[in-house]
Amino acid sequence: MEKTWNNKAWFLVLPVLVLVAFTAVIPLMTVVNYSVQDTFGNNVFTWAGTEWFEDLLSSSRFWEAMVRNLIFSFIILAIEVPLGIFIALNMPKKGWGVPVCLVLMSLPLLIPWNVVGTIWQVFGRSDIGLMGYYLNAIGIDYNYVQDPFDAWVTIIIMDVWHWTSLVVLLCYAGLVSIPDAFYQAAKIDGASRWAVFRYIQLPKMQRVLLIAVLLRFMDSFMIYTEPFVVTGGGPGNSTTFLSIDLVKTALGQFDLGPAAAMSLVYFLIILLLSWVFYTVMTNYDAER
Amino acid sequence: MNLDFSWMAWTWPTAAFFSVIALLLLGMGVWEYASPGGNPRIGVLRFETTRGDRLFVSLLGSAFIHLAWLGLVGPSLWWALALSVVYAIGVFRYV
Repeated sequence: MEKTWNNKAWFLVLPVLVLVAFTAVIPLMTVVNYSVQDTFGNNVFTWAGTEWFEDLLSSSRFWEAMVRNLIFSFIILAIEVPLGIFIALNMPKKGWGVPVCLVLMSLPLLIPWNVVGTIWQVFGRSDIGLMGYYLNAIGIDYNYVQDPFDAWVTIIIMDVWHWTSLVVLLCYAGLVSIPDAFYQAAKIDGASRWAVFRYIQLPKMQRVLLIAVLLRFMDSFMIYTEPFVVTGGGPGNSTTFLSIDLVKTALGQFDLGPAAAMSLVYFLIILLLSWVFYTVMTNYDAER
Repeated sequence: MNLDFSWMAWTWPTAAFFSVIALLLLGMGVWEYASPGGNPRIGVLRFETTRGDRLFVSLLGSAFIHLAWLGLVGPSLWWALALSVVYAIGVFRYV
């Protein structure tokens, strides 16, 4: 059989491979090297073996941050995915409303993460913030600085406000790619609104939903800037996620060895969960 | 030009670790050249995997076996390594 591929194409992807080597592989190798050593700076390292990994695995602080992170990711996925689908289904498909909705949906995504954090930090303040002040004015005892539940609610609403647009835009892209013939056939068959969603729109959105779930899971599991700006990980440690804990260890305490060990475990967990998500969803897609 | 890589803090054990990973990838490349197509099949997980998938599952699983050993048993990882090899053979045979 004649070969249908050409290995010379590898030269075309070589620049990307070099770029990935410098931005991902070399830093990852360095983190592995640091994770088994101790340093006091000035490029002086002493061998520590698996000590940092042992400390980490027996650290309640690490496991608590991990549980917080998993709960946070689960909550925001449970809100953002259905909400994103709902908004995408109700966005106009024709006319002047399309560009208006697309621009409105894109706006939160264009705001830098630290600015989003600052906006919500001020917005939620009970003395001067629009949300915080009026919630207290109507009798709801809201203070995200002192109450862990309020801090969680603020961070979740902030993340939903910031990132639901991404799910919306991805779902909308899937929806507009469905040919009109599908809807016409459903209309002729007398299909209900639910049947159209279940058997036409949802299957057509499945690939983009996979990307949306993966991106939102990985982003939410690695979230740092917004909660750090709003709550700084508090009150207490109630919103200290893995990345905040990691930065405290690496930069706050300059414990590069323990921080590297934590980074590797964190990386492996994200790799495993992303692989599980990807495998489950792509195989479900293949079975269909 | 004198390139200084001392900031990467290389040690012999980590260099050996990355050499093994590089050799595994090289070996997979040679295997693919000798027998193209990745040998896709459906194993015990009930979905299609190629040789690359099986290596990924083996390496990722081995990392977790080592972490679990460190957390539950102790710092001597030779038995964890042996368990990982058995696990990898199982993955290549049945997954």
